[in-house]
Amino acid sequence: MKKIHILLLMLAATFLFMAATPPGYEVGDTVTDFRLKNTDGKMVSLADYKDAKGAILVFDCNTCPYSKAYNDRIVALNKKYASQGFPVIAINANDPKMSPGDSYDEMVAVARRKGYTFPYLVDESQNVAKAFGAANTPHVYVLKKADGKFSVAYIGAIDNNTRDAAAADKKYVEEAVNALLAGKAVPTEKTKAIGCGIKYRNS
Amino acid sequence: MKKVILIALVATSTTAFAQKASVVKFNAIDKILKTQSDTIQVINFWATWCGPCVKELPLFEQLNAAGGPVKVTLINLDFADKLDRVNAFVTRKNIKSKVLLLDEVDYNTWIDKVDKSWKGSIPATLVINPKTAARKFSEKEFTDRKEIEQLIADVR
Repeated sequence: MKKIHILLLMLAATFLFMAATPPGYEVGDTVTDFRLKNTDGKMVSLADYKDAKGAILVFDCNTCPYSKAYNDRIVALNKKYASQGFPVIAINANDPKMSPGDSYDEMVAVARRKGYTFPYLVDESQNVAKAFGAANTPHVYVLKKADGKFSVAYIGAIDNNTRDAAAADKKYVEEAVNALLAGKAVPTEKTKAIGCGIKYRNS
Repeated sequence: MKKVILIALVATSTTAFAQKASVVKFNAIDKILKTQSDTIQVINFWATWCGPCVKELPLFEQLNAAGGPVKVTLINLDFADKLDRVNAFVTRKNIKSKVLLLDEVDYNTWIDKVDKSWKGSIPATLVINPKTAARKFSEKEFTDRKEIEQLIADVR
């Protein structure tokens, strides 16, 4: 009986702890599909990617200096990996009331100016970013597909040098995708990086 | 004698001016975290481009001005090549708290050392009592000085 009590207490403590940290997917979790509007006005879902082996999902925005620093690297990721079955899908979840430069119209302008060859989706309800537990921009989730389901294989930064792409000697996302393509274990499954916090509306 | 007074005047007037940020590596922050003293360390991570960070800075400035056994350090996360911009900001806002520009872009090597729960967004604030190792970490914007004072009370 005592054992059960202790177990219950531990469970309660776990839930209390979980309540304090923003929820979100961990590596290995299956991802719930979403349907979000692209800058061309069309809706995009993971289910649309029938032939993909996975996806490189990037929570991003127009305004963050870190996003700007990584912009060309995100374009390059899509160029390199879309044809190999890992397309980039970018999602902006920032509340445009809190960050006017992150409005849908501005997204359209950025996608055009930067020549995005991948979808740049607006997460108006912020529910997708919340489901993933995305904290800042750019925040990457490498997804792998098996049996028609997408699951999380890597969470974190693109590489280990925000300021200078050439000086980055750990390319986390590339290493993760390369490993998945080779059928190997992802070498680094989770990293952290400073970024601009996603502007969540207070709920 | 006149010279001495003049020097004293210059010295006191410069301390009243805003500081200049110094560029540091993570060991400088590690030192703050590990130095044994009775002073509660309030360490705020911010950047000039971060709106919510800039908005809450006056709260930390008030806390710093209030004195007492509390030390405020503002850790700036602008890129090191933007030191001039940071110093211009510090001067313009007349910031008196200590400002350190942390030149460590390989974030993965040090974020967990500040706090394991830190996801990486700013503003973020660590309040630590070096004597007892009691610590409180917050990854959000403060809108009231009382919120920071509560964290200080929690670690005391």
